[in-house]
Amino acid sequence: MATVSLDKLNKVYENGFHAVKDLSVDIADGEFMVLVGPSGCGKTTALRMIAGLEDITSGVLRIGGKEANDETPKERDIAMVFQNYALYPHMTVAENIGFALKLRKLPKNELDAKVKEAADILGLTDWLDRKPGQLSGGQRQRVAMGRAIVRSPSVFLMDEPLSNLDAKLRVQMRAEVQRIQRRIGVATVYVTHDQVEAMTMGDRVTVLRAGVLQQVDTPQNLYDYPDNVFVAAFIGSPAQNLYDAAVTEGARSIKLGSQEIPLPDAVRTKRPALVSYAGKDVVVGMRPEHLPAAKPGETGPTLVGDVNLIEALGSELVVHFTIDANRVIAEGALDKDEAEAVGKGEGVARVEAKTPVKVGDRMTFGIDIEDMQFFDTQTGLAIRG
Amino acid sequence: MRNRKRTGWHRFINGVTISTTVTVIFILLPLYWLIASSFKSPNDVGTTQLFPSPISGANYSNAFVGYDFGIYFRNSLVVTLVTTALVLILGTLAGYALGRLPMRGKFTTMVTLLIISVFPEVAVIAPLYLLERDLNLLNSYPALILPYTAFFLPFAIWILRNYMLGIPKEMEETGRIDGAGPLRTVWSIVLPQALPGLFTAGIFTFTACWTEFLMALTFDNSNNFRTIPVGIADFGGNFQVPYGTIFAASVVAVVPIGLLVFIFRKFVVSGLTSGAVKG
Repeated sequence: MATVSLDKLNKVYENGFHAVKDLSVDIADGEFMVLVGPSGCGKTTALRMIAGLEDITSGVLRIGGKEANDETPKERDIAMVFQNYALYPHMTVAENIGFALKLRKLPKNELDAKVKEAADILGLTDWLDRKPGQLSGGQRQRVAMGRAIVRSPSVFLMDEPLSNLDAKLRVQMRAEVQRIQRRIGVATVYVTHDQVEAMTMGDRVTVLRAGVLQQVDTPQNLYDYPDNVFVAAFIGSPAQNLYDAAVTEGARSIKLGSQEIPLPDAVRTKRPALVSYAGKDVVVGMRPEHLPAAKPGETGPTLVGDVNLIEALGSELVVHFTIDANRVIAEGALDKDEAEAVGKGEGVARVEAKTPVKVGDRMTFGIDIEDMQFFDTQTGLAIRG
Repeated sequence: MRNRKRTGWHRFINGVTISTTVTVIFILLPLYWLIASSFKSPNDVGTTQLFPSPISGANYSNAFVGYDFGIYFRNSLVVTLVTTALVLILGTLAGYALGRLPMRGKFTTMVTLLIISVFPEVAVIAPLYLLERDLNLLNSYPALILPYTAFFLPFAIWILRNYMLGIPKEMEETGRIDGAGPLRTVWSIVLPQALPGLFTAGIFTFTACWTEFLMALTFDNSNNFRTIPVGIADFGGNFQVPYGTIFAASVVAVVPIGLLVFIFRKFVVSGLTSGAVKG
């Protein structure tokens, strides 16, 4: 068991590609830290640097307080679960799990006991004599986990371990991985591109983009208080509605296309800096769940949009609408196809299932104005203080 | 329309079964003729007798006693086994390096190997003969082992490299994290999964050495170092060809290859890597 500390880690590949830039993160003992970001953001490279599979160009990596830059993967005492499991196909489940212990020349009876214990935790006892080829996807995944936990490593590294499973099994294994991690209480670094996985699993989440750290925080804080437009757009599903808007005199209201939305005092007290943006453009963000259907005689701020698609989820309706403001797409937050699919001025709202609305309607949404987020157009940083 | 399931021998009458049977008979008939003839008494060889009667071992004893077939068999075995072992060891190392390690000039190396492997033997045999003569290698085991290894290695490297390429990199990385050194990784993780490739390359090399004639005739023509193909060709004298003995010797010569293929057929065709990764 150990802490992991990344101090200004850099990775520059031979071809000059700068994959990770000045990454500094501290992971506490027993903490479940998720590294998340769009593909190519350097999260896997960062993980492989911690594992010792990739050289560190500059910066200091400490495991258990000790500098580990030049240690071999073995010396670092880490265990890693790969996306494709990488089980040894010619060995049985028991041999797979026990391979690392065998290399350490552990006595046979001790080895067997440890393998059995790991198999018990993972519910693999009945499959110990099988070869990986005879197992289902979920079982293989568990063998990969077993191979990691049997060694009682100081750090657990996982590289998208669930992305090869089908959706239902993934949700199930998500809970199981967390349960196992809690039970062993080992610091864990978990890489994923799936922000839902990041939100549901991590004690804290590190958001990366193009090799640069964006924000490290608890999932709830990332959601409620994103540091910049990228995090705001990346975290949350359906994605947050981000629009260009103009702040009016004294920040009493914002202009969103042709609509003017008044800002009550509470908004300004919460974000005093907003006043200095009077007369300037900002980016505003509204979560889909902060746009409920307006009640009859609604007195608070509202937003009117033309409904062009309705997804009925049973528990709620996801209403897609357009307004005449410019939709902001944070670069890299959505993948290319997704970004292209977002039409001009398009937004999403989550409203009650029984709301009477149909495609083509002009619908009025109430705005939970105090939850509205504001960002600087130039820097993309959140406007708070 | 009648849709009755055919029963009894009728169900074997269909295009697939018939064409398969014909093809198999076509291929096996010469082999059957070889084996059947080898067991005929020497005078009956060449007659239209379908089954040898009486069954006679005279041809076999003649091959081993009348001629030095035992020596040829031993020579073939030594040359073939040593060459195959060398080819597999060198081929594995080279294949791993070319498939996995970061190296310059991999493509050039592979293309060069390919060109070498299609080079006609007959084009280099004269200079090789002169070289071996000057090195005093003629009529020895190395006289064949060295050129065989050189000729058959490129093909083995190609096969093994392609197998190595197919083994997921993560598996070796897992090995490293588990604490295995490079040699241990190759031995315990890479090799077991490259087994089908090893068997394929091994059987190819074995068969090629076992049946090679031209170099064997040129470099090792003394009775003590003759291999089977050359030995059999030299059976008989100026005025007679002992067909029965030749057939018997040929049958014995085919046995090792038949056994080899029979034992390892499973490994050659099966994909041992199944289940390693998602699939």
